[in-house]
Amino acid sequence: MKSFPLIWSNLFRRRVRTFLTLFSIIAAFLLFGLLRSIAGAFEMGVNVAGVDRLMVSPKYSMVDGLPISHLAQIEAVEGVAGATHMTWFGGTYQNPTNFFPKFPVQPRVYFDLYSEYIIDPLQLDAFERIRTAAVAPADLVEEYGWQIGDRIPIEGDIWLRGDGSDLWEFELVGTYTVRDDESTFASFLFNYDYFDEARIPDTQGIVSNFVVRVTDPDQAGEISARIDAQFENSINPTRTATEEESNRQFAAQVGDIGLIMNSILSAVFFTILLLTANTMTQALRERIPELAVLKTLGFTDRRVALLVLLESVLLCGLGGAVGIALSGFALQALGPELQGFLGQIEMTVATTLSGVGIALLLGVVVGLNPALSARRLPVVEALRK
Amino acid sequence: MLAQIFQISLLNLRNLPQRLGSSSVIVVGIGGVVAVLVAILAMAAGFSATLNRSGAPDRAIVLRGGSSSAELSSTIDNRSRQFVGTLDGVRLSSGELYTVADIPKRATLLPSNVVIRGVEQSAFEIRPEVRIIEGRNFSPGRNELIAGRAAGEQFVGIDLGAMVELRQSVWEVVGIFEADGSAYESELWTDLAIAQSAFRRFSLISSMRLQLEHPGAADSLQEAFDNNPSIDLAVTSEEEFFRGQSQFLTTLITGFGYGVALIMAVGAMFAALNTMYAAVSTRTVEIATLRALGFGAAPVVISVLAEAVALALIGGLLGAAVAWFGFNGYTVSTLNQGSFSQVAFDFAVSPDILATGIVWALSLGLAGGLFPALQAARMPITRALRGD
Repeated sequence: MKSFPLIWSNLFRRRVRTFLTLFSIIAAFLLFGLLRSIAGAFEMGVNVAGVDRLMVSPKYSMVDGLPISHLAQIEAVEGVAGATHMTWFGGTYQNPTNFFPKFPVQPRVYFDLYSEYIIDPLQLDAFERIRTAAVAPADLVEEYGWQIGDRIPIEGDIWLRGDGSDLWEFELVGTYTVRDDESTFASFLFNYDYFDEARIPDTQGIVSNFVVRVTDPDQAGEISARIDAQFENSINPTRTATEEESNRQFAAQVGDIGLIMNSILSAVFFTILLLTANTMTQALRERIPELAVLKTLGFTDRRVALLVLLESVLLCGLGGAVGIALSGFALQALGPELQGFLGQIEMTVATTLSGVGIALLLGVVVGLNPALSARRLPVVEALRK
Repeated sequence: MLAQIFQISLLNLRNLPQRLGSSSVIVVGIGGVVAVLVAILAMAAGFSATLNRSGAPDRAIVLRGGSSSAELSSTIDNRSRQFVGTLDGVRLSSGELYTVADIPKRATLLPSNVVIRGVEQSAFEIRPEVRIIEGRNFSPGRNELIAGRAAGEQFVGIDLGAMVELRQSVWEVVGIFEADGSAYESELWTDLAIAQSAFRRFSLISSMRLQLEHPGAADSLQEAFDNNPSIDLAVTSEEEFFRGQSQFLTTLITGFGYGVALIMAVGAMFAALNTMYAAVSTRTVEIATLRALGFGAAPVVISVLAEAVALALIGGLLGAAVAWFGFNGYTVSTLNQGSFSQVAFDFAVSPDILATGIVWALSLGLAGGLFPALQAARMPITRALRGD
């Protein structure tokens, strides 16, 4: 650590070159932070879904729907601790770019099952009691500037009202937050009973899927099989999987976002590797006589090699840290804009740490060769240059 | 003056191979930017082209009012369907049942939404681009289906002669069809009546395709719907319908492509600056000598710029070539939010997109060469000759 001032001043002796290199590295890690976070937004539902929850979906396609009468049978299956249903509502709030999922649910049971969703008990009471009530995640409420008591109009597309209208109105009675803010879907929730009464009679009693909490997550496979066996020969067979697995399947429909992001990132890093390696080699070449002087003064071969290596690690680490920090700020600034397109985008701790890790690794890879040549440097010959 | 510019630039470019290592930074950096930009733009272009090819100006689609964009959530009853058939301006109509089923993708083996479309024979007259390329058409009244070419390539078990289980009934794939590379090629088609009974839709249909007497007829149809209080239908020209479906994803991908390329470009520009500063500094004595011999500042500036732009151009061409050979015609399938179903499309690298890539490369070359070039010209000759 004594050598830190020496490394630092070596790094910045050619300011222009160092800063230009630094900016390139920053750009690379800015991209890293952004792209990994976007890929993460697609994978998020997969990673944070409850381990003890199963999703019961229609066997042949998620658009089919299931009869609500399945619920009682599911609850009776051995190993099921609790169950509720949810229905994909579709619908548009004001204009189609205002995208957020909307589900009619059974208020109390739903919040029991999604125990990571936190709501004021009084607001939950109101949600259960008031027919046209709705609750929404706090960040959604903030985004659209809603107030408790507001009537929120949603234009239906899948579900029309029995009175022939397609306009649904809900009264906002509460907000909820998600513990650790790891929301899968920031969903707008409203009362199923009201929804079911008001929709076209032909379509009543149909829900999209059931959510099941199991007593023992280790038995998830067996319990899923038991549920599916119940309905195998009915006209509405089911397919049950862990919440994680069904989210993964849905995300995969979009395509391999992760693969696309990673291909772009490899192109970026290949370039940065080449560029930084070039800079470090240049820096070393200029400094050969100096290094020889250091060796003459008694610096060991190892120490000189280490100085060179650390300089490169410092450069890359600095660039990486600044780039990742910038992407964090950029996401915060752009977050609300992007949310409409991609859902919740967040810079995770994992992204941050892997970014810094990659930066340091890049520093080692880039600095290794110059460091080895510095180590091998014959003093007499180098001094003569 | 011109002769000077030419001579110095040539001298400069001849020396390039000696600076191969550092020059490759510009080539690879800018090549990377162009490759990423061209590939992503080609993806957006391919997607929107596939959907736009699906529509024709003299065709219209009728959906239930309110379900303005999705065939999936639309239902039309018999009475409304017959009403449409009686209207002026409709040459031909086809009632169609539209649903999706989970079929695993060949690439991931995970279930994906594939469109099943029940059609009447008039559907083929309305869409003359649909041609059977293998096997034969389905026979009405039998559990047979024909598969779009892309559906056959993308999904497990959609092979000519194969039996496919869809919602508890078994269907035979009797033909493969093409439709000018449109979104229909990602669909499975079968007989309307069979589909209605297999999927328990009774006499309901999802949508109607109309062949109009002339492209403007859609407006008068909408008027007829609006004037009849017992009818709740909306008509859209097919072109507009598919444009609406492609808009969201096309905008998203294009914006993403430019955003990523912009940040990469900033990185590549700094790399280019670095390289060019280094190039100028290794040539300090050479440039000063030229100046002492009477060469002007402008030729020196231009020679450095020429070097940067030449390298950028090489990089741009390489990047464009990588994108072209690597991705042009590469087929992917994604969930189209507009139709909630899988649409397969090819990356389409067009001359326009290539030109955009090359323009980016040249601009980056200029930006990366400008300051080093000015520095080279401003160098005090006497000091530079000494090698300070």
